[in-house]
Amino acid sequence: MTVFCLVELDGGAPDGGAAGVADVSLRAITLARELAASGGLAAVVFGDPPFPDLAAYGVTDVYAVSGIDGYAPLAWARVLQWLMSESGHAVMAAGTERGNEVLAHLGAITGLPMAANCAQAVDNGDGAYAIVRQRWAGLLLEEAVLEAPVALLTVATDAVSAVPAAVPATVTVHDVAPSVDGSDLVVRAVETPAGAGGASLATARVVVGGGRGVGSADGFGPLEELAALLGGVVGVSRVVTSEGWRPHTMQVGQTGTKITPDLYLACGISGAIQHFAGCSGAKSIIAINTDPNAPMMTRADYAVIGDLHAVVPALVIALRERAAQGG
Amino acid sequence: MEILVCVKRVPTVGGAITLTADRRAIDTKASGFTISPHEECAVEEAVRLAERFGGSVTVATLGPAVAEEQLRACLALGASGAVLIETEPGLEVGPIATATALHAVAAGGRFDLVLLGNEASDTGDYQVGIRLAHLLGWPAATGIKALAVDDGSGWVSASRTYRGVLETFALELPCVVTVKEGINLPRYPSLPGRLRAKRAAITRVPGPEPAGASAADVRMTSLRVPDAPRKQATVLGQGAAAVPALVDVLVQLGVVS
Repeated sequence: MTVFCLVELDGGAPDGGAAGVADVSLRAITLARELAASGGLAAVVFGDPPFPDLAAYGVTDVYAVSGIDGYAPLAWARVLQWLMSESGHAVMAAGTERGNEVLAHLGAITGLPMAANCAQAVDNGDGAYAIVRQRWAGLLLEEAVLEAPVALLTVATDAVSAVPAAVPATVTVHDVAPSVDGSDLVVRAVETPAGAGGASLATARVVVGGGRGVGSADGFGPLEELAALLGGVVGVSRVVTSEGWRPHTMQVGQTGTKITPDLYLACGISGAIQHFAGCSGAKSIIAINTDPNAPMMTRADYAVIGDLHAVVPALVIALRERAAQGG
Repeated sequence: MEILVCVKRVPTVGGAITLTADRRAIDTKASGFTISPHEECAVEEAVRLAERFGGSVTVATLGPAVAEEQLRACLALGASGAVLIETEPGLEVGPIATATALHAVAAGGRFDLVLLGNEASDTGDYQVGIRLAHLLGWPAATGIKALAVDDGSGWVSASRTYRGVLETFALELPCVVTVKEGINLPRYPSLPGRLRAKRAAITRVPGPEPAGASAADVRMTSLRVPDAPRKQATVLGQGAAAVPALVDVLVQLGVVS
């Protein structure tokens, strides 16, 4: 029996370097490998598979699908349906726009239940799975039973760490060139470059957050400078986008982007519960806030009590001086 | 253009989530109720389309009798019809049963477009819109943050961002589109809107029986609040005087060399 995992690719290097496996998919593969146990772990890749990444994560079989031009959610779901009909006991994907969408289509065409944004999944045998999944974007966890001949699961993008296999696998490659019904290609993505925004926020290693305390659209200059010095990007709270200070693509939180940086530096953000749903995947949190009792202070690792308009410019100057002195 | 918008009554979550004693629901004794932010935007988008192209907006929900409150809030924003698919209080209905119940309202050739939020903020199942589209035999696009309708040709252009790329889908009406916050800035209800909403008739139809509510779906056994990563933050100091300590921490964390 095999666990199939839909693998999404990152964009590749700007100089045309090969694409790797997206971090969110490495997380999904990690959970899929636990579920597969001694069974097969198969990666399904629409495009050119990054074999070294997949072998390192214990993938035993790679299904390299060609012949479908671009992202077509229903056609992708049909390919997964065909693959799982052979020997599948679970089909998994990252809980991304695409992963949730393709597995929902797969659920609809097979009549099977689909559990979105799982953090854990255990096979209890006889087609019963004990799962833990996120509700309220992770503010609440649901313990649930999934009974199905094939379990359809997406993996929460911020709940599972990507861990390579103890021993890399030897990968068997299967080329798949499906014949796809035209009606399954009716909805298909046309891709054009977007401005800076959601994606870089989701994958940034450092995020400098700005909230109500920033005060105005013009107040973000020092935060942007700090983000640039730290090799990161600026993210904002919901109040900032509803005030129109910054576009919604920059919003961190339940209805914005979920971030998983090494460092989240939250400036002037009090910390509404919906904001935590977006930033609790950060490895470390530093909060700068005038209010020592703000909720953000109870979730942060480090805190500076003070006005971000004084602290951030001073930090920018200190980091510049440090860089000028050669680190 | 006839548009159906599907919404869901969910608790207003403020500072912290508290569960009921049986750990199967959120304790709502002290909280209000609302619809999800994505759904507020779906209602707004529908009202704008009806204002532009004519036609009307119908809003539907599956929930207890008190979900009438959410339907009236949508009527105050410009919807003109409302359907309550009534379920027992406290009954959780899974996404398969929900899509089936909504299908009974959406089918029949009356609607050109069905809008939903990308996901309900409580259960976050990410699938009701797609399952509904399959039951209707219509195309679907999800997670949409920009929608353009060409009434003449009957085609819709729907876009979202994915990993820094703008994905645009072309769909022919009738279709199902799930939208996300950011697609528009929802209006506040007007006074005449609120008065109209108070008097508006709501169509009530029976919802799924408890036995069928989640028979085919994932079955929740209990809920829990994740172990709070509640930390006592190390205070690095006050104001700009804390900057040297802050730089040291940035070095320790490896984000500054």
